[in-house]
Amino acid sequence: MKFLLFFLDTFKILLKGGKSYYAWVLFLVLLIAWGFGGYINQLRDGLQATNMTDSVSWAFYIGNFTFLVGVAAAAIMLVIPAYIYNWKPIKEIVIFGELLAITAVVLCIGFIMVDIGKPHKFWHMLPLVGTMNFPDSILAWDFFVLAFYFLLNLFIATYLLYCYYYKQEYKKSLVLPLILLSIPAAVAIHTITAFLFNAMPARPFWNSALLAPRFLASAFCSGPAILIILFQVLRKTTKFEIKNEVLWTIAELMVYAMFIYLFFSIAEYFKEFYSDTEHLVYWKYLLFGLGEHKELVPFSWVSIILGTTAFILFLFPKTRKNLLTLNIGAVMIYFSVYIEKGMALIIPGFTPDVLGQINVYVPSINEIRITAMIFSLGALLFTFMVKVAISIIFENNNVDKSTSVEAIV
Amino acid sequence: MQKSKKSTRREFFKKLSVGVGGSVVALSACTGPEFDNFFQKNFKTLSKEEIDNILLDLEKKYTEQYGKEFKVSGKKAIDNTFFGYALDLSRCVGCRRCVYGCVDENNQSRDPQIHWITVLQMEKEKGIDYMHSNMYYNPEKVPEEGKFYVPIACQQCANPPCTKVCPAKATWTEPDGITVIDYNWCIGCRYCQSACPYGARHFNWGEPKITNEEINTNTHYLGNRPRTKGVVEKCTFCIQRVREGKYPSCVEVCPTGSRKFGNLLDPNSEIRYILENKRVVVLKAELNTQPNFFYFFGV
Repeated sequence: MKFLLFFLDTFKILLKGGKSYYAWVLFLVLLIAWGFGGYINQLRDGLQATNMTDSVSWAFYIGNFTFLVGVAAAAIMLVIPAYIYNWKPIKEIVIFGELLAITAVVLCIGFIMVDIGKPHKFWHMLPLVGTMNFPDSILAWDFFVLAFYFLLNLFIATYLLYCYYYKQEYKKSLVLPLILLSIPAAVAIHTITAFLFNAMPARPFWNSALLAPRFLASAFCSGPAILIILFQVLRKTTKFEIKNEVLWTIAELMVYAMFIYLFFSIAEYFKEFYSDTEHLVYWKYLLFGLGEHKELVPFSWVSIILGTTAFILFLFPKTRKNLLTLNIGAVMIYFSVYIEKGMALIIPGFTPDVLGQINVYVPSINEIRITAMIFSLGALLFTFMVKVAISIIFENNNVDKSTSVEAIV
Repeated sequence: MQKSKKSTRREFFKKLSVGVGGSVVALSACTGPEFDNFFQKNFKTLSKEEIDNILLDLEKKYTEQYGKEFKVSGKKAIDNTFFGYALDLSRCVGCRRCVYGCVDENNQSRDPQIHWITVLQMEKEKGIDYMHSNMYYNPEKVPEEGKFYVPIACQQCANPPCTKVCPAKATWTEPDGITVIDYNWCIGCRYCQSACPYGARHFNWGEPKITNEEINTNTHYLGNRPRTKGVVEKCTFCIQRVREGKYPSCVEVCPTGSRKFGNLLDPNSEIRYILENKRVVVLKAELNTQPNFFYFFGV
């Protein structure tokens, strides 16, 4: 009963909002509708509505999936200082990291569902109802860790909000172990997603032991970058409170991640270019193009330049502790990693393909529409969840104010 | 003022209903034949009776669909049989008759085009070098000076990377060494396609199109029966033929006699003679896929 009341009131919170809230929701709904048209095309025509081929058989959808696993994993970036070092100002906002993680996992599932040829047969790979290829297939492992991570974050975030709502102290003995557990779980989701690509000797571009570490490092750059921007937007537009020093701390942690990311990338480049084996061809396609095929060159260099500039901006305390340059850097590193995961990670793995043939890939308009649809769905979900969380935590929207009590009792 | 607002709202709802109606039509496109077998289990877990029923249903369905009498076999591997293939690189002229013979026999989609065999043109100077190979060669006459040809299809690996990665156990290796796919169980994730080092697996990016005249009605459940959009397919050594004691179609169609096929467990077979007396190689041996498809130089 208590939980039902909590739920009812959270739904009420969603309906109340200013003009900008409704405009934002409408904008997202329109984007979803536009993208859904593309999805209908794909359902009707099959995946030939995309630009994928037998040569480049995974592309933009899987790139987005990979990127979002990283975003989901980055929630722990906030958990570590908050709970391990018991650093108070960051604790309340941990919930927002968790909400972001929940959203990102939902988006991941969305990108998998639009990528597979028979979405209605997805259950074939589930345990019990289907014939899951566990432990052989890494996709089976990925399913388990993502599902576990999702449920873990969903439970923690809901429970904490529930406690805020009823103005009771949360049970530390329950929450703390779960939060600590979410740290290895976050590492696991991104590591196993890297292993998806990693352990395929058919694709030398991914067959490097540095792939998983590189994934983690890049995730710890892009995930917190979203949060830095988001917290400032919320601070401006709602009653959400956050001190600048929290932002500085997140940024400082990001510097370490960026440095490691840069270092791993250089190590990878060195190994490939100095060895100069046949496998260099994928890196050449990515960075310089092969003959007239230079489709990825602008993407890869934009990603490198954005990433390096962001690192410099974050490295020096003067620019790190200036909101303007901090935000520029956060946007830069976000797009650097998004381009790297979305385009530069997946496509060179297939170009040239295993038989040495080059089939150029760039996303089709349908792929872009469907991607926009999924991101908008995610943004809508996140907007709703954040609205509820802010209302409960910062606007004192708690059980005392509830109007549903009489209705139920 | 009021009126115009009302009418635009009406228009909006009109548009909305058209949009929703359109989506329902589009969605119902996938509630047709695709959902017929929705609750069918993985082929490997079915009982003999269940398999027999499914085969009969499929025969009926395909007969209706193509207006021709269909046979869908579920014949199991023959005891003491393990298939091997050998291809004579010194004889192959790159005519691609095998490619189209395979398409005719195995009911690959004509539009979009799917070929289970890819013939790579390579330079004699460079040897087997994929990065300098060309699959789109198109001269008046083959073979061309200074070139040789490497036809590649599924290598029927003994250590296949493709079956290992499949999340749903929709693809597996049969006791006679043939790696097969249950097209009804495949979810179309294409992980196997990424894992295959030979580009042997092909995806149905659209609804496969084959005319009633072109369709081959002698089929096997795990082989050349018609597929639907959204599933992966590949060479099965013509499972519908070889389990009946016939040669694969590509062996029969090859004008130069470059293609040899047989039972590796039979010491008197031609394939055993080749393995014992010729110098054979396998493609990408360093990946430890252990192909049962060998290449040799006969002359």
